[in-house]
Amino acid sequence: MKIKQLSIFLENKKGRMRNALDVLADAGFNIRALSIADTSDFGILRLIVPNPDEAKEILEKNNFVVKTGYVIAVEMSDQPGGLSTILGILDDSDINLDYLYAFVDEKEERAIVLLHPEDIDAGVEALKMGKATIIPSEDVYNW
Amino acid sequence: MIWNEEIECMAHDELKKLQLKRLQDVVKRAYETVPYYKKRFDEAGIKPEDIKNLDDIQKLPLTTKDDLRAAYPFGMFAVPRREIVEVHTSSGTTGKPTVSGYTKEDIKIWSEVMARGLTMFGVTEDDIIQNTHGYGLFTGGFGVHYGAQYIGATVIPISTGQTRRQIEIMKDFGTTILIVTPSYGLYLAEVAGEEGVGRGDLNLHSVGFGAEMWTEEMRQELQNRFNAPAYNIYGLTEIMGPGIALECPEQDGLHVMEDHFYPEIIDSESMEVLGNGETGELVLTTLTRHGMPIIRFRTKDITSLKSGTCSCGRTLIKMERITGRTDDMLKIRGVAVFPSQIEKALLKMDGIEPHYQIIVTRPQHLDELEVQVETSPHLFSDEVKELVGIKKKIEHFIHNEIGLRVNVTLVEPKTLPRSEGKAVRVIDKREL
Repeated sequence: MKIKQLSIFLENKKGRMRNALDVLADAGFNIRALSIADTSDFGILRLIVPNPDEAKEILEKNNFVVKTGYVIAVEMSDQPGGLSTILGILDDSDINLDYLYAFVDEKEERAIVLLHPEDIDAGVEALKMGKATIIPSEDVYNW
Repeated sequence: MIWNEEIECMAHDELKKLQLKRLQDVVKRAYETVPYYKKRFDEAGIKPEDIKNLDDIQKLPLTTKDDLRAAYPFGMFAVPRREIVEVHTSSGTTGKPTVSGYTKEDIKIWSEVMARGLTMFGVTEDDIIQNTHGYGLFTGGFGVHYGAQYIGATVIPISTGQTRRQIEIMKDFGTTILIVTPSYGLYLAEVAGEEGVGRGDLNLHSVGFGAEMWTEEMRQELQNRFNAPAYNIYGLTEIMGPGIALECPEQDGLHVMEDHFYPEIIDSESMEVLGNGETGELVLTTLTRHGMPIIRFRTKDITSLKSGTCSCGRTLIKMERITGRTDDMLKIRGVAVFPSQIEKALLKMDGIEPHYQIIVTRPQHLDELEVQVETSPHLFSDEVKELVGIKKKIEHFIHNEIGLRVNVTLVEPKTLPRSEGKAVRVIDKREL
């Protein structure tokens, strides 16, 4: 139910993000989803890739600091109000979100949101109860 | 083990007598053979005969690095050049280098004081010493070399650099004593980790470190990474090189080889001599050196002296760890800041890598201090707010230590320059 996510520390300097992405590209990793959180000094690059543990190892070999964590992938209807419905479910269960990012899965013609609640297990539980469609990791990696 | 018990454990009064006799002798020799001293003593109205007790040394003029530089290259030699068997120079990063000349007898003295110090670290003829100090004009390599050979230990004169080879040799030769600068030691440990060489693969009994500023926290780090006690070596090229003062197993100050080097502490503003335990600039006089006697040299190193009998049995006076240099002192918004203070603050953070760089700028007529620290897996968090919190925490530790707000920047691992010798810790971009 939970999707493994890579978080990479980046200095807020020209070319740093590209460096990280080049390492993954050279190793043949295709990125499924990506977001970046940034401050004036540094950024955190969050990625979903197939074989995240292997990707982590390769990045670390190239001197990046990497952590793995989990997010929940939820399908939403690709029309106005789609995301709001999902957020409403979490809201009703009093679950706080740290961050989220969303994208469109063109193959399946659906929109997907990746959620990082403070308490991930409670989040999964609430979404199940609210009849949201949670996408398993195998599907995410095969987009 | 004590190398020279007669001297190292000598009764206080006897040592003072020996020092006075040697001081009178060196002052006389300097006055008679080195034009620089004759001129300076004459200007001050001092004659060698005026030295009647040890306190009379205070009547003698102080010698600075600039004075030595003005005598470049051989103007400070007290013997004909043909009696000089070896020369070394300071790095010359701040101008013309200063030259240090040694007679055969001086090399013997150097070997003796280093042998005493290495014995404090537990070195015997059974040991294998890997000497990563550079062999060349820098005194570090040769000083350690002479002392170790005098003891009869096996020396690996590998010098600095070829880090992977260092690790291979350390493992294959079964090195028991490692001599490093603290920053190079930490770099070696880091590379050893990458090569999969763990603490268990090494056979180190002790680590001797010198030639660079250090903090107690850095020593702990070295001890931890090499799984062996680490001891400091103090020295400077102008006086002799390493061997002027070294740490005994107490790890609480360095015993000054007082029978050869007479230490004083002065207030670097008023030039007044300070008392036992007071902190100020270290001033050294060579009591026995033949080739180039140095009278009251201002080292610019900041420390204090403590007399008494050490629990190791030695009576030689102890010098505190050097806490700064009058010239690496940064004046930030009028406040004196030493890199060692920042290092101390940084090493309070768990999981921090001991590599850092201090950058001073003056963007709008006001000094700004930036401290760059490498992110480690231990420090990194996926949450922006936690990462900002870690940065704030480091800033807070530094603020507590130096009383100034600084900006800490987390940088990617292994992006700060690693040293193979003396680390460059401060980049001052101010245009003053």
